[in-house]
Amino acid sequence: MSKASGYPFGFLDEYAKKEVRRSVLKAIALPGYQVPYSSREMPMGRGFGTGGLQLTLSLIGPGETLKVIDQGSDDSVNAVNLRAFVEMTCPDIDTTTRTEEATLIQSRHRIPEKELSEKQVIVLQVPYPDPLTVVEPSEDKRKTMHGEADYSRLLVKLYEDIVKFDEITISHRYPTRINGYYILDPSPIPRFDVPKMHQSKALILFGAGREKKIYAVPPYSEAEPIAFEDVPFRVENFYDQQGNRLSCARCGNQESFLDEFIDSRNGKKVYQCSDIDWCNEQLRLRKEENMKELVREKNS
Amino acid sequence: MKKILEVESFSKVYGRGCLHCFDQTGAEQTNICPSCKSVVAAHDVSFSLHQGEILGIMGESGSGKSTVVKCLYFDEEPTAGRATFFDNGHQHSLFDLNNAQQRHMKNHSFGMVYQNPHLGLNFDISAGGNIAERLLMYGDNHYEKIRSKARGLLSRTEVLPERMDAIPKTFSGGMQQRVQIAKALATDPPLLFLDEVTTGLDLSVQAAILDLILEIQQELNTAMIVVTHDLGVIRLLAGRTLVMKYGRVIESGLTDQILEDPQHAYTQRLVASAL
Repeated sequence: MSKASGYPFGFLDEYAKKEVRRSVLKAIALPGYQVPYSSREMPMGRGFGTGGLQLTLSLIGPGETLKVIDQGSDDSVNAVNLRAFVEMTCPDIDTTTRTEEATLIQSRHRIPEKELSEKQVIVLQVPYPDPLTVVEPSEDKRKTMHGEADYSRLLVKLYEDIVKFDEITISHRYPTRINGYYILDPSPIPRFDVPKMHQSKALILFGAGREKKIYAVPPYSEAEPIAFEDVPFRVENFYDQQGNRLSCARCGNQESFLDEFIDSRNGKKVYQCSDIDWCNEQLRLRKEENMKELVREKNS
Repeated sequence: MKKILEVESFSKVYGRGCLHCFDQTGAEQTNICPSCKSVVAAHDVSFSLHQGEILGIMGESGSGKSTVVKCLYFDEEPTAGRATFFDNGHQHSLFDLNNAQQRHMKNHSFGMVYQNPHLGLNFDISAGGNIAERLLMYGDNHYEKIRSKARGLLSRTEVLPERMDAIPKTFSGGMQQRVQIAKALATDPPLLFLDEVTTGLDLSVQAAILDLILEIQQELNTAMIVVTHDLGVIRLLAGRTLVMKYGRVIESGLTDQILEDPQHAYTQRLVASAL
């Protein structure tokens, strides 16, 4: 019992945590399979990351370092509140905003730009775990379809997209086949992040609190976004009309996923890294580079 | 001629069934068991089908003709009996297949055209998408190839290729039926089930659809089972015919023979009333 909050370590009782851990083990054993579990009531509304939170609370222990992000940002409401809750109920853990320092990352809708390591686990919050919901309303039938790896109707959806819009219009939650069998919903990460799941060194866990499902992409798994042979999967393009890669207005980086917003002073479109930690690191690196340059100039 | 399908003593009972079901029902009586009120939709139905042959199953509403086809296409589960499908030297016992095998069989070897296009088509996706669905289930995964195949099939069944990307909801009944036929033919199945395909269409459209079916049979040598209550359809399409009543086959043989010289009183009445 933690003295500070009056709750047991990790808020959940030991039985609940054990059940989540067992579901995680099963999810890892069956990559991409949605393991049902009895999602507990949390002191926040379902749909606000309760699935991810239950995973985090079941996996975290003293000495671990947690990072919580919401669409790449450490400072948005969802991230701040979840972090505060874990800090309150899990004494002796550390929190950080630096991706490389974290042992456990809970994230909403983004996978960090920086490549994760074998020592890290990333937990994604999932609103809709089943990619087949769009084509089949009956859960019973969906289960059979998953069991038989019968996913042709998802491809029909892609076909219809290409017919109507000349391209695949799925912007997020892109159906992805794991290790050649189950297709999962990778949570609302942008297409840009889907290739990061392929052969990821870190374990990727998905928790859907409202829908009571846990699933996983184990380290070094195949993750293949579905597509046609002649219409391959592609990520968002960040090129302007002249064909130049847009860069972040803050750090100048040209590799990251960019958020677009309108500058209220002049009404112009501005692009900035969605992953704030990445943006800060690029800025730091640039400053160091500038310093070195200055020193070199001074010496010569 | 190569045999394609062999059905032996097929039965289908709706309800819990009892020991007296089969004794107390029959062509001369009823299809509802007086003891347990179960419906004996079909009992002791046996027939065989050869490559390129069209077999007609004729009978009034509730005679069990559609039930036979639905069970063969795995839409319903049979109560008893055996069905063997012969495919390139392999034999498949249809009623012993598991779900995945059934799906494979449906996608690769069978085609089905229902009376109601709502059953055979997905009305939320385009006509081309419906055909693509079947090709994707079959294993094709090349967008342009699927497109051109679908376009070919639709023009083969005389649906304007310009309407390929339209939703079947906007089609006339005859066109919907053509799309269904195109979908069923997409994977060149050796066996096609046609369940009352022309019912509810006007006469000129009926004639065009029947022409199309005959052309397909001659072109592709597809074996078909045609279920209908329409004697005209039977006369035009079927080489051999089963006549069913209350779940039993009361007469079977060459279509010409049955229509010219019906043996059973019910068939005689049927043939007489049609003229």
